[in-house]
Amino acid sequence: MDEKTIFDAIKETVIERTDANEDDIKMESTFRELGIDSLDTVELLMNLEDKLDVTIEVDRKLETVKDLVDFIAAL
Amino acid sequence: MLKAKVSVVTGSSRGIGRAVAVKLASLGSDVAVVYHGNSAKAEETVRSIIENYGVKAIAYKADVSSYDETKELVKKIKEDFSRIDILVNNAGIVKDGLIAMMSEQSFDSVIDTNLKGTFNMIRHVCPIMIREKGGRIVNISSVSAIIGNPGQANYSASKAGIIGLTKSAAKELSVKNITVNAVAPGFIRTDMTENIGEDNPLIQMIPLKRFGEAEEVAEAVAFLASSSYITGEVLKVDGGIAM
Repeated sequence: MDEKTIFDAIKETVIERTDANEDDIKMESTFRELGIDSLDTVELLMNLEDKLDVTIEVDRKLETVKDLVDFIAAL
Repeated sequence: MLKAKVSVVTGSSRGIGRAVAVKLASLGSDVAVVYHGNSAKAEETVRSIIENYGVKAIAYKADVSSYDETKELVKKIKEDFSRIDILVNNAGIVKDGLIAMMSEQSFDSVIDTNLKGTFNMIRHVCPIMIREKGGRIVNISSVSAIIGNPGQANYSASKAGIIGLTKSAAKELSVKNITVNAVAPGFIRTDMTENIGEDNPLIQMIPLKRFGEAEEVAEAVAFLASSSYITGEVLKVDGGIAM
């Protein structure tokens, strides 16, 4: 899967569940800045699984949007 | 009271687990009956639940000590029931023996099934509850965890571990409206305690002077599964033995 598809899906998922504007969400944004705590990340990942039709099993902390994009791109 | 809820009960082909599955079904919950050894008894439990309470019930064979197997199990339950509201971690084994003669295998297998099994199930079920923004987890500990019991170093360690796990998970998941509690049964009449006779001096140590019944433990589990403001609690159902 290419990075843009993943990034767009993350952006869409974040917007669905926070007050963040599209422009606020950048590769270097941390989830914390976007108002997503670590448990919210679990929910975000499950929504992304549905959206991208992949199984994402994260066993480490992902701080930024880029961390997550890289993680999914490497699956 | 638990209508349209979905409960998962491990070790529910017999004993306390079976009584819990039946109790939750009697309150209207659909039930996933998870078992390891006895498929005939699990199927019988499922049949009896469906006949008596008209809820949905399915039996699943799984070894809770396996991380991968529990992952597949939870995925399958989610597909079949589409949600999970209540998780009761009851599956447990005993391999009693004096610590001076206990084999490494006896220690490890009890920890793997009782403690790691509880972790494995919570690990795979909690993302579903986080997404649903709510859930009830009840872990079966034991009075042995609280007061110790000669010959049960492995068992009481596993059950004490469950109490720590319960409290950490309760704090971690509270923000998502997921409560995590434990029930600590004393001497309950099941296959696991069949070797302890009614004339055993142990009975004299129990203030209520009798063994408990699996249904009496199930009452406590159902109470915690329907409570909304109790979390991190360890509820003893022991006839007063550990007060």
